[in-house]
Amino acid sequence: MTPNLPPVLSDPAFALVLVLLALAPLAIAGVALINTGLGRSRSAAQSLLGSLAIVAVTTIVFALVGATLAGTTGATSHVFHLAGKPWNWLGAGPLFLSGLGSEPAQAQLGLLFEFLAVALAALIPWGSGADRLRLTAGCAVAAVLAAVVFPVLAHWVWAGGWLSQLGVSFSLGSGFLDPTGAATIHVLGGLSALAVVWIAGPRKGKFPQGGFATAMPGHNAVYILFGSLVALAGWLAFNLAGAILWLRAPFAALPVTAVNTLLSASGALAAAFVVTRFRFGKPDASLCANGWLAGLVSSSATAAIVSPLQALVIGIVAGVTTPLLVEVLELALSIDDPSGGITVHAAGGLWGLIASGIISAQSGQLIAQLVGVATLLGLILPLLYLLFWLLNRVIPLRVDPDGERIGMDLHELGGGAYPEFVIHRDDSSR
Amino acid sequence: MKLAGLLVMPAGFFIAIAALVLFPVSNQAARVGFILCGLAVEGLGLAVAIRGHMEGQGKSRS
Repeated sequence: MTPNLPPVLSDPAFALVLVLLALAPLAIAGVALINTGLGRSRSAAQSLLGSLAIVAVTTIVFALVGATLAGTTGATSHVFHLAGKPWNWLGAGPLFLSGLGSEPAQAQLGLLFEFLAVALAALIPWGSGADRLRLTAGCAVAAVLAAVVFPVLAHWVWAGGWLSQLGVSFSLGSGFLDPTGAATIHVLGGLSALAVVWIAGPRKGKFPQGGFATAMPGHNAVYILFGSLVALAGWLAFNLAGAILWLRAPFAALPVTAVNTLLSASGALAAAFVVTRFRFGKPDASLCANGWLAGLVSSSATAAIVSPLQALVIGIVAGVTTPLLVEVLELALSIDDPSGGITVHAAGGLWGLIASGIISAQSGQLIAQLVGVATLLGLILPLLYLLFWLLNRVIPLRVDPDGERIGMDLHELGGGAYPEFVIHRDDSSR
Repeated sequence: MKLAGLLVMPAGFFIAIAALVLFPVSNQAARVGFILCGLAVEGLGLAVAIRGHMEGQGKSRS
């Protein structure tokens, strides 16, 4: 990412990253559990099966197409020149798996990180579209992300693309810094969630005629909270692996990175706990989990480069804003986001990226971070909306009204996640 | 209206990029100002898009 990186990882560092990446799928498992818990009981099996299918689809599509477009540092890429500067914008390796086995081992380690990153990113719109997004539509959204948008962004940030080269080309600090995917995973996933929710619309009965938004609480607080704990383990692995892989952090810096991750999440949880306690009289379990996750997301941008006190403050800010923003989106902006993915991942990620620029002592680093944020909002969000709008013309994202009424499990899978439970009648969808 | 908002947003991105190309390294203040203007244009586009979404929701309710 920075121009003066040592070209090769030492053998112990290589082995450590490999072990950490074996633990990183816990972040995927945690997010999948949280998504399922925040959805309704009659869509639980579809939600978890969808998560598995999305991991499979992103893996296959990224291997076939995305890995080529993402490229690796130093590999062949498409570059154009503007104002006397090179703008490296896309990888140019061989398509259809032919480049994967022949890359240098360290480049393949970077690609492994990206395989896991794109799977996590694609789970975010799936959670936000819960209870009305069809399984095939969720997989199609994931395929679009893995084939086009994620690879382009990953190339710009991690593979020597123009955003990572802002430091060299325009003397902006170390270029756009995103050591663990705050932009490439979380902001991308959160903005995808916004585009999907805009196109698919809210759940039936969520915004009744002439009334306030109907509360549709998640069906299983245990999934939500246990998922948050599982996600912590995955996030620690992601943050440590990213710090070594993209920043070449020395071993001595890794304990502080891990502590910063914990502090950021803890500060966010404490803040969300206090805010919801004052706002509703009692702490809200799902909003506290959202706060915890927002702290982890903001740590993705900052854990490897800030001090513990700064990590705590960044987490507290994320924890204060998350419950408030979830409420604003639902009540004021009529955006139905069951998992809170837009707030947690898009807003939390953007906050982390900006905070890392504010804190950095390097001249121009804040400008580099702002250019990255402008790219995400000004280029990636409209692109995502366009792609998903076109996709919706081919594969309708939303299930038909009858499917929504009986639940996604029965409609799409023919059986529920809890066959022995009595499903309560849903008055709002009659 | 939502589409109009989304079409405005790339203009903000190009303003931010123009800041890098037009202003030299020594003029960081101008760069920051231009980039903030770009972000403001993106914010306006997003606000218009959200407004369009809310109007759509209002129609579907009634």
